Amino acid sequence: MRAGAGWSRRDSLGDCEDTATVGDAVAERQCLWRLPRKEFDMPSGQATTWHHVLAEHRDAVLKDWIAEQLGAAGRRTDLLPEGDLRRESTEFLALLVAAAEGGAGPDLDAPDWVSLREFLVDLSRARVQQQGFSPSETAVQVFSLKKPLFALLQAEMADTETMLSERWAASALIDKIGLYTVEVYLESRESIIARQQHEMLELSTPVVQLWEGIICLPLIGTLDSTRTQVVMETLLQSIVDTRSRIAVIDITGVSTVDTLVAQHLIKTAAAARLMGAQCIISGIRPQIAQTMVHLGVGFEGVMTTGSVSDALERAFRVLDVAVTHREPG
Amino acid sequence: MIAPAIEELPLDSEHDVVSVRQTVRTAMSEMGFGLVDRTKMVTAASELARNIMDYADCGGVVRVEQLSEGLRVGLRLTFVDEGPGIADVDLALTDGYSSGDGLGLGLSGARRLVNEFDIVSSPGRGTTVTVTRWR
Amino acid sequence: MERIPILRLGDCLLVSIQVDMHDRLAMALQDDLTAKVVESRARGVLVDISAIDMVDSFIGRMLGTIAAMTRALGAETVVVGMQPAVAITLVELGLTLSTVQTSLDIDSGIELLQELIAADSVGADRDRAGD
Repeated sequence: MRAGAGWSRRDSLGDCEDTATVGDAVAERQCLWRLPRKEFDMPSGQATTWHHVLAEHRDAVLKDWIAEQLGAAGRRTDLLPEGDLRRESTEFLALLVAAAEGGAGPDLDAPDWVSLREFLVDLSRARVQQQGFSPSETAVQVFSLKKPLFALLQAEMADTETMLSERWAASALIDKIGLYTVEVYLESRESIIARQQHEMLELSTPVVQLWEGIICLPLIGTLDSTRTQVVMETLLQSIVDTRSRIAVIDITGVSTVDTLVAQHLIKTAAAARLMGAQCIISGIRPQIAQTMVHLGVGFEGVMTTGSVSDALERAFRVLDVAVTHREPG
Repeated sequence: MIAPAIEELPLDSEHDVVSVRQTVRTAMSEMGFGLVDRTKMVTAASELARNIMDYADCGGVVRVEQLSEGLRVGLRLTFVDEGPGIADVDLALTDGYSSGDGLGLGLSGARRLVNEFDIVSSPGRGTTVTVTRWR
Repeated sequence: MERIPILRLGDCLLVSIQVDMHDRLAMALQDDLTAKVVESRARGVLVDISAIDMVDSFIGRMLGTIAAMTRALGAETVVVGMQPAVAITLVELGLTLSTVQTSLDIDSGIELLQELIAADSVGADRDRAGD
């Protein structure tokens, strides 16, 4: 036993042997002075924080929080079965406590919070995909943690001033987390919509091979700016892939052909020509022809026909392909 | 996360034009732009860089800036020269206009290839052309 | 300064542009090609641009000039292999290259050249017959 200040009471410890380490001496001192162990282990200043109290009473708070959620008015039992709710709440609380006790500060963007953030991102994403959840539902769940938490702090923290400041800190953090779930939900939803839009655009531009060297792109619906871009790129890439010399763009199914649409089609034809292929625009209805004359728009230099079969005939002529009827017998 | 950076490149010789094209290519590729977007921007950069080579004896510079505004990501190029300046900017922006023996598509053509186009120029005061493409 | 190689392909010349060209290189190519057309009495020129990912107005002009000059020298020119993104950009830029014959790739380019050369000879025969 090392001699020194503080150890002079050794003789009153009775059968305490030589203690080789300071830790043992501290342990001794603890049993002597009957101080709670935890307080000694902690660096000063962390004795009373909201997350520390929460960590100590985690199970109780979890139980209360789950009860709070289950009893909430307007709870969507169909969307969130009790089992899932329990699991999610348990994990959320565990991550919250782990990060906060690990020294994470109030800034939710800090790397200390990454595990919690990832959990919330996964949760929100899953909920976006599952119909029925609104952007704020998850946030409301997070906020509902406040009630049992504050009740706990009230009960466990003797000093009112500390209790109030800790309650404020917890509240501010929980608010941030709740808002974060809303942001993530909205971002997820937007990116899913964008992806679906793109997929739809790609699906709606099927290129058909009519003959060796002749492809056809039937356009249906409205042609807006984005769609036309995709159409143009898809068609030109098809020309390369199929080594086609003729591309028929059929606009029978296009609802309106205005100056803008006509311009886009002309550009596509010009680009195809630069690549060595020729475009034929088929499906020019009488009304369209009239409109175009009125608007002063001409498909200059681009072959146009009324129907796809006419276009095919023209294409055969250009490629020197002859189709003959077989004689019977 | 790419930190917004401004790179300044000289435009004094035709090798600089090639370097600028390469820098723009690389930047746009890193920023995740699609092939058509990249091609348009590199071509616009080439047009504007060559304008400086053709009309400004003392050359100029181009500033390459990666932008990020919330979820939007973009590339901004600012071409600056201390050349003679353009007396009639509107005329210069008309298709087919040319004060040299070129096809006159430099400025108006470049404008069609980008999302944002800005030009400030006056005789004796040089020219600054700023173009931006958003992803 | 390195120069772009020009190869012989029968009675035609083949140029494959692989690098990002600066102006002087492009001008050198123009000069070299016209000289070689004369020297080899080529009937056709095939310009392969499948490897370049950008054609600006200067290079576009160069292609047009090559086509015009070779035609004046009695040969036809076909440009092949333009990439879709390049084609889209050129059109947006306002360059149609209407005076330049184009084809998808080298094979079809050679086919087209033969057709054009044959048409030239027919024309020449007709002219002669009319004397």
